[in-house]
Amino acid sequence: MPNFASIAKPGTTENYKTGSWRVYVPVLDKDKCIGCERCWEFCPDSSKIEEEYEGDTIFRTDLDYCKGCGICAEECPVDALEMELEEK
Amino acid sequence: MTRLEKKERFTSGHRACGGCGLALGARLAMKAVDDNSIATCATGCLEVTSSPYPQSSWKIPWLHSLFENSAAVAGGVEAALRAKGKQDINVVAQGGDGGTVDIGMRSLSGMLERGHDVAYICYDNEAYMNTGIQRSGSTPMNASTTTSPAGEESFGNENRKKNALKIAAAHNIPYVASASVAYPDDLIEKVKKANEINGPTYVQIHTPCPTGWGHEGDITVKLARLAVETGLWVLYEREEGEIKDVKKIKDRKPVEEYLKPQKRFKHLFKKEGGEERIQEIQEIADSNAEKFHLDEE
Ligand SMILES: Cc1ncc(C[n+]2csc(CCOP(=O)(O)OP(=O)(O)O)c2C)c(N)n1
Ligand code: SF4
Ligand code: SF4
Ligand code: SF4
Ligand SMILES: [Mg+2]
Repeated sequence: MPNFASIAKPGTTENYKTGSWRVYVPVLDKDKCIGCERCWEFCPDSSKIEEEYEGDTIFRTDLDYCKGCGICAEECPVDALEMELEEK
Repeated sequence: MTRLEKKERFTSGHRACGGCGLALGARLAMKAVDDNSIATCATGCLEVTSSPYPQSSWKIPWLHSLFENSAAVAGGVEAALRAKGKQDINVVAQGGDGGTVDIGMRSLSGMLERGHDVAYICYDNEAYMNTGIQRSGSTPMNASTTTSPAGEESFGNENRKKNALKIAAAHNIPYVASASVAYPDDLIEKVKKANEINGPTYVQIHTPCPTGWGHEGDITVKLARLAVETGLWVLYEREEGEIKDVKKIKDRKPVEEYLKPQKRFKHLFKKEGGEERIQEIQEIADSNAEKFHLDEE
């Protein structure tokens, strides 16, 4: 019987770094960030990483996958994120 | 510790456009299923961008059906699991609006009618995006698409958006809900409920599409929120036939605020007669507000 099914391994698009698509990059003011996680919740590319900064929780950008859409900067309640043209 | 579940079952590296509402919707929906689930997916942007062979963005077993039969394949999976006595596995069917309210309607209707224990999720970006923004039954009135282009005579799509939530409910299924990517907690709660309830359930998620709607990717969530705040996309649940838990709106916004940033509605602000068309859309929002008692005093 011919095999019509193509089987891929789970989560393997992670091997493809969509960060190379980016034109603008979110730049975080760590002191302004209140760690509310909104940017993480709304990122279509799962590109926010929780980390500690001076004893507080902040969310930094995963530049491997961030496409630079700007949703995070738009939705941040304290304007801790600024979209800047990325120098490559 | 993140407030919402940290685990990503729809992961990064997918090829969706920057700011894609559909990718955000899938990512959030996958926070509402457990690892013991199987998902099907109709042909469309979600399938194409998440399964560039030999890669996959999915971390649960996932099957690409055809464009028209995600619900039928999911029903088959569920029946097979039942026959094998494996009822602890959840089955989730997914499709775009075209794959759900148009070509997949017959397969969806059959699945709902047969009573399969399947949660169906429709990702509604209001046109056939993957093939170049053709109008679907879910395209709103007066939106310009490549098959309903606004022009000298035309104001775009002539028909009102099909009410697929009501069609699903007409099958007397236990649970129907509308959701939006602008309200992640609500979305996750609804997909969870759809999964937990025994029998067929239907959730339709409103997912803005920067490419097809003609807006910047940064306002995807803002637009989804405006659709709710204007009364054009009503968030509610229907349990055992009864409408429940309608999201009330304080100071409902005029529809212009939602329409204006989108190129698919641009002609309404430029062309003579556009004002009346905007009024037509406002009337849809007003009638939603009346039907669902949206306005909060
Ligand atoms: C029977 C059949 N007809 C047409 C197509 C081509 N096709 C693939 S995806 C698609 C549109 C998908 O639209 P929708 O379901 O709304 O999903 P979206 O891409 O917008 O997320 C079409 C027409 C197909 N694959 N199969
Ligand atoms: S939304 Fe803003 S404040 Fe909240 S975690 Fe992200 S960067 Fe920090
Ligand atoms: S710019 Fe877009 S892709 Fe990048 S982190 Fe922000 S929301 Fe995610
Ligand atoms: S065309 Fe629209 S739905 Fe498709 S990947 Fe791009 S933004 Fe997402
Ligand atoms: Mg669509």
